[in-house]
Amino acid sequence: MSPVDGPGISNPNLPVDPAVNEGRVPGRAEEEIPELHEVDCPPELRERIEELMGRYPDRRSASIPALWAVQERYGWCTFEGIRQAAAVMRVTPAYLESVASFYDLLHTKPVGAHRIEVCTNISCWMRGGDRLLDAFKEAAGDDGEGFYVTGFECLGACDIAPMASIDQRYYGPLEAAEAGVAIEQLRAGEDVLPEKALAKRGLAGDA
Amino acid sequence: MAHRLEKRVLLEHAEDPALRTLEGYKRLAGGYATQERAYKELEQDEVLQELEDSGLRGRGGAGFSMGKKASFLPRGEMAKYLCCNADESEPGAFKDRELMQRNPHQLIEGIAIAALAADAGHAFIFIRGEYDEQADILDAAVAEAYEAGYLGKNILGCHRDLELVVHRGAGAYICGEETALLDALEGKRGNPRLKPPFPAVQGLYGGPTLINNVETLSNVPHIVRHGAEWFKGFGTEQSPGTKVVSISGGVRRPGNYEVELGIPTRELICDLAGGPEEGHEIKAFFPGGSSSPVLTAEEGLDLPYSFEAMAEAGSMLGSGSIIVCDDRVSIPHLALRTARFYHHESCGKCVPCREGTNWTVKMLERMVRGEATPMDLDIVSSVQQNIIGHCLCVLGDSMAMPVGAMVRKFREEFEEVMADPELVLDPHAVVQAPPETLGAST
Repeated sequence: MSPVDGPGISNPNLPVDPAVNEGRVPGRAEEEIPELHEVDCPPELRERIEELMGRYPDRRSASIPALWAVQERYGWCTFEGIRQAAAVMRVTPAYLESVASFYDLLHTKPVGAHRIEVCTNISCWMRGGDRLLDAFKEAAGDDGEGFYVTGFECLGACDIAPMASIDQRYYGPLEAAEAGVAIEQLRAGEDVLPEKALAKRGLAGDA
Repeated sequence: MAHRLEKRVLLEHAEDPALRTLEGYKRLAGGYATQERAYKELEQDEVLQELEDSGLRGRGGAGFSMGKKASFLPRGEMAKYLCCNADESEPGAFKDRELMQRNPHQLIEGIAIAALAADAGHAFIFIRGEYDEQADILDAAVAEAYEAGYLGKNILGCHRDLELVVHRGAGAYICGEETALLDALEGKRGNPRLKPPFPAVQGLYGGPTLINNVETLSNVPHIVRHGAEWFKGFGTEQSPGTKVVSISGGVRRPGNYEVELGIPTRELICDLAGGPEEGHEIKAFFPGGSSSPVLTAEEGLDLPYSFEAMAEAGSMLGSGSIIVCDDRVSIPHLALRTARFYHHESCGKCVPCREGTNWTVKMLERMVRGEATPMDLDIVSSVQQNIIGHCLCVLGDSMAMPVGAMVRKFREEFEEVMADPELVLDPHAVVQAPPETLGAST
């Protein structure tokens, strides 16, 4: 029995009555939950989400991982994809959409195939993050299908400022001119700026 | 070779990529021997006592005693949880990234031992979605630990179970706040909860939950292995141990340096991180990430880098992340950049934070455009005062404290900018030198 589904049953000794949290559990309106046969969910996606749900004591915990899976399959969190995930997870599509719209990395609108997030927060800003963002935007041009370029809040890599996350991998410190190189490498399907990959760096104190 | 001022415990052997594997962790660092001893020989109370005696303070920002926090969990038969907070999103902080990337098994061993102290059967690592590379490394390490029997059912034949799940977030600073993290982990939007009840009493799925930062948990195997007295041999009386400090901004060698707490701040910034560039001086710095009130060079450089010294100076050690601003940084623009971050990241649940961050950004924008009136400075200050302490969590306070300190300490600079915004240094490129002369650390 999942702790959320059975207040007080799995946790009989709880000092605080879990019922106080009951009103906070969303996505339970049964009549709004689509049936699996209504949504035409690809079997691989369904299996993936079911596997994710199995990892948690409560299936709803899988909502962010499930949305990641939807985004991986369709490129972004499409309306249909969200309905499919909702049908598998037995929650309302509105609930999953509310989750998707909360987080910066889940896209509820179409985005380009390659995602480039340029940090413009304090440490990167001091080292020219704004200029790097402009350079990436210019290099990507109007190729909205190929590239999604955006400024981003601190990515947690101030040691390699100014930096960018390209398809979820970190690169830095970058010069503005390297933006064009990276875009060309992505277009050609090559490794991006291999010398600037975070994974290649040593410890700062060893320098 | 580590710098002579460094004291590496958590980052020992971290330069060796083999440390990432279970085999390498065992060979280089004697890994999992402490978990084995704890599971086979120690009682829950003995581990708790050791952690409490060590005086280990939380490395995520609040600096609360880890052992005390764990001891708040009620006893008895019930589902209890352990969450590792790896949602490192504080501007200026990047230490947890380094610890997870270079030594994932140290964290896993720490979680396994802390789960014994908390009597938790389920553990989660909540890692920010941006750290995809590090999450992949953790996934691989967790799979290895399951395979070798350090996680899972009946661990090491001790009739104790522990499931560990690496949970990726999807980009929200607020999820680093412990109750918002719990909501996100339950699959909801990451909104903070009212406290009390505190997570130790009612946390994940309504069960008692221990939440600790990556660096805090990484310390656990070392403390249980060598004892509380050994741990207290490092650092100061009130801030024992070593600390991985992230230094960035206007310094020559930005990066993570592990030092004993209490080291002079000047040595950290000027010796380890190389100090400001040739011909420039330090103007101010954030001692503990962007949420900590800035200290001017005169105020802060000669202080010991410890929880108590930073608190006494009216700031905080926070997550241990120093951002250095040299004399080219325009403080009003820095305030605007800081405020914009919190405005973007406010979850919108509490009015003082949602509206306060919004109006602070609007007023600071007016100032740097030269459209503000002199009374706007006082209004900005009063807005900050009206945020602090009035929300469910401290996100609003985290803007109000540094912005308030900037207005207070650099009022003249704000007045100059308001009088003539053209005078300001180029706000978009504060440090002009090409980056490779600044950041190379390999």
